Amino acid sequence: MSVSRVEAITVRDSLSVSLTVGAYGIAFGAAAVANGFSVLQACLLSLLTFSGASQFAVVGVMGAGGSALSAIATASLLGVRNLLYGLIMAPHLQVKGFKRVIAAQVTIDESTAVALGSQKRGSDAMRHGFWLTGFGVFFFWNVFTLAGALGAQALGDTRAWGLDAAVPAAFLGLVWPRLEKNSDRALALACMVFALAMTPILPAGLPIIATAFIAIVVGLQR
Amino acid sequence: MSALWIATIGAGLVAFTLKYTGHSIPAHLLAHPRIQRINALIPIALLSALVAVQSFTEKSRLMIDHRAAGVSVALVVLLLKAPFPVVVLSAAITSAAVYRLF
Repeated sequence: MSVSRVEAITVRDSLSVSLTVGAYGIAFGAAAVANGFSVLQACLLSLLTFSGASQFAVVGVMGAGGSALSAIATASLLGVRNLLYGLIMAPHLQVKGFKRVIAAQVTIDESTAVALGSQKRGSDAMRHGFWLTGFGVFFFWNVFTLAGALGAQALGDTRAWGLDAAVPAAFLGLVWPRLEKNSDRALALACMVFALAMTPILPAGLPIIATAFIAIVVGLQR
Repeated sequence: MSALWIATIGAGLVAFTLKYTGHSIPAHLLAHPRIQRINALIPIALLSALVAVQSFTEKSRLMIDHRAAGVSVALVVLLLKAPFPVVVLSAAITSAAVYRLF
């Protein structure tokens, strides 16, 4: 980070995003354990993958009986957007070596969003927003994952506590803000119907991955 | 190594590789608007499919049970513009209640 002062507004934005988003980690930790992952595996998913939608996808696909390959493929397709965020952020961050490794790991929806939101206040504010939000979410997300995983482990039968419904509800909450256009809602609905129709036919996990191809076909045509 | 371990480590490795690649390749390679559009659509497709499969299937069979009740309530509170934690909690409470009662 440069020597310039970090503006209070950047700190405020970063902290509020970090705390709110980090708290979702409870839902992830609980969902992971409810789907058969150990507390250690839940924590490693948050530390290593560190991308909410991808992590929920791993847990969701494995929980539905999918293969490890299906889980990794689905998570990776969801993680492709982080690659594009990296492309956007790299010219502003100008980091090399170990710093670039760290920057890459904290390149997620939230750090990129706060950085872009701070862009009009200059490139220092942008960089500060990226780093503060990246580290902030990383810290809270991992702490809350551990809390959620331990909590779910203590509960026993997770169905009696509604955790098997918390996972699809979390997916619904994640996709909801992306459904502003009618065409996007139509795509969402089509993918739901397709995945359900294919579930009795295809091996578990594949009906989910296959919908990515629907998205590609739609994206190429529009 | 169990499937859960392979999924845990594999997802982490690929996730990091994607992020690092983004920081390391020239920006113009993926600037095409079509790629940007597909990038916005893929999460919608995958997350929607995950909602459906996690709500209405059980081991390759279609099934309507306590989870459907929970997710329906999640949909209602989303329409009422509730924040994410409320969405997840209300789904869990509803599903748990239905599971225990029936």
